[in-house]
Amino acid sequence: MKEFLNINNLSVSVDEKNIINNLNLKINQGEIHAIMGPNGSGKSTLSNVLAGKDGYSITNGNISFCEENLLEFSPDERANKGIFLAFQYPVEIPGVTNINFIKTALESKREFNGLDPLKPGDFLKLIKEKAKVLGIPEDRLKRQLNVGFSGGEKKRNEALQLMMLNPSLAILDETDSGLDVDAFKIVADAVNSTRSKENSMLIITHYQRLLERICPDFVHVFVNGSIIESGGPSLADEIEKNGYERFNNG
Amino acid sequence: MSGNQEKLTEKDFKDPYEYGFETEIDSDFAPKGLNEEIVKFISNKKNEPKWLLEWRLSAYRKWLTMEEPNWASVRYPAIDYQDSYYYAAPKEAEKIESLDDVDPKLLETYNKLGIPLKEQEWLAGVAVDAVFDSVSVGTTFKEKLKEDGVIFCSFSEAVNEYPDLVKKYLGTVIPTTDNYFATLNSAVFSDGSFVYIPPGVKCPMELSTYFRINAAGTGQFERTLVIADKDSYVSYLEGCTAPMRDEHQLHAAVVELVALEGAEIKYSTVQNWYPGDEEGKGGVYNFVTKRGDCRGDNSKISWTQVETGSAITWKYPSCILKGDNSSGEFYSIAVSNNYQQVDSGTKMIHLGKNTSSRIISKGISTGNSSNTYRGLVSIHPKSNNSRNFTQCDSLLLTDNCSANTIPYIQSKNIDSIVEHEATSSKISEDQLFYCQQRGLDEEEAVSLIVNGFCKDVLQKLPMEFAVEAQKLLSVSLEGSVG
Repeated sequence: MKEFLNINNLSVSVDEKNIINNLNLKINQGEIHAIMGPNGSGKSTLSNVLAGKDGYSITNGNISFCEENLLEFSPDERANKGIFLAFQYPVEIPGVTNINFIKTALESKREFNGLDPLKPGDFLKLIKEKAKVLGIPEDRLKRQLNVGFSGGEKKRNEALQLMMLNPSLAILDETDSGLDVDAFKIVADAVNSTRSKENSMLIITHYQRLLERICPDFVHVFVNGSIIESGGPSLADEIEKNGYERFNNG
Repeated sequence: MSGNQEKLTEKDFKDPYEYGFETEIDSDFAPKGLNEEIVKFISNKKNEPKWLLEWRLSAYRKWLTMEEPNWASVRYPAIDYQDSYYYAAPKEAEKIESLDDVDPKLLETYNKLGIPLKEQEWLAGVAVDAVFDSVSVGTTFKEKLKEDGVIFCSFSEAVNEYPDLVKKYLGTVIPTTDNYFATLNSAVFSDGSFVYIPPGVKCPMELSTYFRINAAGTGQFERTLVIADKDSYVSYLEGCTAPMRDEHQLHAAVVELVALEGAEIKYSTVQNWYPGDEEGKGGVYNFVTKRGDCRGDNSKISWTQVETGSAITWKYPSCILKGDNSSGEFYSIAVSNNYQQVDSGTKMIHLGKNTSSRIISKGISTGNSSNTYRGLVSIHPKSNNSRNFTQCDSLLLTDNCSANTIPYIQSKNIDSIVEHEATSSKISEDQLFYCQQRGLDEEEAVSLIVNGFCKDVLQKLPMEFAVEAQKLLSVSLEGSVG
């Protein structure tokens, strides 16, 4: 089994405050990992660090992705190498249409990987197909990126990009938040459908409900910037029942 | 992050000004300096009729009594008007029958700019009146236009071939006494374009002029006059690039548009003159007076501009809405980088009844530049039921640049409505990161966000110009963030 992500003794601070402490995590090809933790435990810091956002200092440890030093790469290089972050709060970009943005992103990734851009007809067919799965009406593709989208529409749109870009490692940062019950099912099933032996996923979530639909191979409990317990899906069930109290006290 | 650092090093090799080359052609200079003799020299060189010489001289005498304006938010060392040449013409450009007779070096210059005249002639269907320095060297499609009665020629040619039209309209929108730079232009204007669309004719193609400043120390004093007769339509494109130079170059053009009853003029500009280097050395002073007169009822004039070049831009394309139900539009994108200074906007003067105007201005500042929108909306007492809508948006990319919006609104009619909206925003790190996370590098991300910001204006450009303008925006902003 090919090793995708390897986080080794990672410590991260923001403004000299430690957020992540000696974190270790390994994700192999084909695996789905879930990180569960209370608010403020450093979950979003982890996803931002993996994606390469500015403003975090790595004080210790290293991260490799497909056996390359991930920290050497810029955010766009990481994206083009196959790391996708489904944002907790997707941003609005006025004047840029949704479909044009997705096309630009896809072309950028294809070019990086030595592929020709998709023919316009093929692209259109693909995006319409994926949009349909997610229940995204076609006119929303022509709207400005995330502008005036509701919270749920934004999350669906993140799922659409995920399906279009088909990353080797998808990081879902609180993708379930802001979704009503129906939308939640649609998005979860769509994400589930991208599951394959080729790709891996890191699901960051506060609640267990997403994990009911996308059954992870591993569940990690993340408190105060490190993993304090790992297990199978049953660990998520336990948290659902008893909350994080046991871990906080422990 | 070392990955980023490597990229930044690459960015340090910013494209030196892409169009910064100078063609070596002997110029036929007038002696340096400005006096009545020089004005006569220019007029004489062009075989102008006496009335035009008198017109120039009266402008020159007026100019001597005027003072250079100092109200704009721009700074530059005093210009020595005696230390410049006011006439330079490529020697071989006097009589040209076809493009084959054009100096091959000139054609090569245009090729470098990506404007092969011949190809354009066949492919783009655009009639090109190429102004090189001060004299037009090639005019295409004239014959085809002639069939419709459209006149599209150099200004000098119009003076000789269509003196009545020139005499009737010249200076009627921008009088010789208008302002310091327009008056200077009236005295020493070199050449430019002349367009006349006869009644009821829809001009069958976009008319286009490419300007180019060349020859050391030559000021450019273009003069353009566009007349759309009753119920006619014309779309005119103007695009500019200039060779790299060390010293400042003064450019004081005048553009006059006249729209008679029911006529429509669409005037689009992409301006990409040399903006100076990264330390603010060199670059063109672009002090331009552009004004359109909606003289007839139901007429319409629309200005669209993409301004990325010049060290200093001082420019307010305006509309005088004289006819009832006439309308004026101003769509602008102004980009300032490094030490560029932009003070630009428009004037909408509502005189007739039921007149309307619309202003959309997008300013993008980066580096240490300053970018000011200055606009006047004036509704006169008799202009009943008139309305204006103004939207001014500024986008800042760095901490050292500045953006200002200075609207002047005067409404003297109680039935009229004036609306003004303004926003100012900084490009957000979250937007950049979001785009980068989708695989766009920093410059692509900036370019995408800026193009989105400018979309409302880009859409107003004719197709072929819109593509060029988008490229230009990206090039102008290279290395501007990070």
